[in-house]
Amino acid sequence: MPSSIPPIIKVDRLSKYFGDIRAVENLSFSVNQGDIYGFLGQNGAGKSTTIRMLLTLIRPDAGEIELFGMNLRTHRREILMQVGAVIERPDLYKYLTAYENLSLFARMSGGSVPRKRLMEQLEQVGLAERAHHKVKTFSQGMKQRLGIGVALVNDPKLVILDEPTNGLDPQGIADIRNLILHLSRSRGKTVLVSSHLLSEMELIAGRMLIMDRGKKIVEGPVGELFDPAQTVVELDTADPANTLEWIMRSPWQPFFRERRQQQLIFKMDKTKIPDFTAGLVQQGIRVMGIRQRHSLEEYFLSLTIANQHVETFTDRTV
Amino acid sequence: MWRLLQIELFKIFKRPRTYISFAAIAGMVLIIQLGLKFDGKSYLQLMMSSLSDSFYIPYGMILNGYLVAFIILNTLLIHVPLLVALVAGDIVAGEANMGTLRLLITRPVSRTQLMLVKFAASVIYTALLLIWMALLALFLSMLFFGTNDMLVARNEVMEQIGKNDVLWRYLAAFGYASVALSTVAALAFLLSVFAENSIGPIVSTISIVIVLTILSEMKIPLYDDTVKPWLFTSHMLAWKGFFYSKSNGEGSAIPGTVENLPAILRSLAILLAYIVLFVATAIAVFRRKDILT
Repeated sequence: MPSSIPPIIKVDRLSKYFGDIRAVENLSFSVNQGDIYGFLGQNGAGKSTTIRMLLTLIRPDAGEIELFGMNLRTHRREILMQVGAVIERPDLYKYLTAYENLSLFARMSGGSVPRKRLMEQLEQVGLAERAHHKVKTFSQGMKQRLGIGVALVNDPKLVILDEPTNGLDPQGIADIRNLILHLSRSRGKTVLVSSHLLSEMELIAGRMLIMDRGKKIVEGPVGELFDPAQTVVELDTADPANTLEWIMRSPWQPFFRERRQQQLIFKMDKTKIPDFTAGLVQQGIRVMGIRQRHSLEEYFLSLTIANQHVETFTDRTV
Repeated sequence: MWRLLQIELFKIFKRPRTYISFAAIAGMVLIIQLGLKFDGKSYLQLMMSSLSDSFYIPYGMILNGYLVAFIILNTLLIHVPLLVALVAGDIVAGEANMGTLRLLITRPVSRTQLMLVKFAASVIYTALLLIWMALLALFLSMLFFGTNDMLVARNEVMEQIGKNDVLWRYLAAFGYASVALSTVAALAFLLSVFAENSIGPIVSTISIVIVLTILSEMKIPLYDDTVKPWLFTSHMLAWKGFFYSKSNGEGSAIPGTVENLPAILRSLAILLAYIVLFVATAIAVFRRKDILT
């Protein structure tokens, strides 16, 4: 049954070009309240550009963005009152202390925040003892944590974190992961988090969108995209249209399908592969090759790299 | 807006580099004051060499706090724009370079508001720099050298201003100078919007001021009536006009008067027009700018 609560983020056919370079093209997705929504893609996939458009740092060339049911262009101030963000590096004023940075950004977001609240925020990100030390003396991990503290200081409903684990050691990565889970589970925040690390996303995100070269490749619940009982199958066939039609009517109807030239990519229960293969033969479908992708990383790469191959091929033939 | 302005000023005055300009002004003023204190007579003899053969010149009386302040302002107001550019050129580009600009823009503050506040902070910094200069150049000189009538050299003629008629002229001159320097701040502010590190806008501002000042000072008939009247650098030193009084029939200065107030006001209007043009352009560009740093 569809939910009556409007999504916290609704992006509709968003596009952005930098000259001839496509950064984001025709991107649509929505994020529901309380979700941890993962944005996955290789470097240059368009994740940061999309996040920057959500935060009004970059003007879209086309498309609409709604946050909290309001249009971002017309309700920028009301929307940003409810958003906290860390964008790539957590760059702060190095000549100010952690406390001064936190206080400064809190005041920019509307009124003064009591000292107690600021110290609690520093406590939450593990920097209370370094509150009055200048940021220039901080390690990368400490800066990252302070950046998250700044994002959270005004108690936003939506938290946007762009590559929050960049440059962190394993303990730092685990700390950030736990903090994100805590924000969602205990404090009911909606979190949009981007990363190029699939393993990272898999551990925290409820839903995920995979981007490549500015385009959405796949989107869905992580449990369905990366169910360990399921596997990704690549099927090369001489007649992809009819094969696809048969697959969709077959009892093994896979969860996800992609068609690239003569290749069909889909996901299905591992145990059903023998019956599925027998079914193909029975139907007289001419199979040129069938392969099973074994790991999530391979799946991710199969989506992004295959996409690049398709584009390269298309570029050559046009 | 007040809250944002407080934040902006807090950031400016927490940076050690902000105080370089204050220290530089203090250093330059004190060096000039010390030089004039110990060898002021030689300086005046050099300045008035053409008059000393014809007139008796009481150097001790002439070299008072008012004249020393005038000498300092004449020397320093040409160079202070460089110090103003240091902060105004950094105010947007410096944030872009540090990466804090993107954090500022994700706050619920409009870009126009942010720019107005940043420019206001630059103007306040400029005004404080001038107040600091006034305290040192005028009041400290009054303390060190005492006060008396002030002599102003003009077109090979010396004009005498009564000592009770001087102070308001200085206040007016500093007020004018704050507008003149705010024009430089506005130019640096505009250039700062296009850059992602502060070196570019600071050097560009200084270069533009130097080139236009040279153009303003050159005596080329082709430019005199066409280009020069519209260059902001041609109006930067119009504060001197406050020290030129109207004369009575006997050639004596009339206290409380300014010889050509309309010309000063016209210069002021041109500078204000430049400020509006620079700031409005900066805001228009910044509102449409993609923040990629």
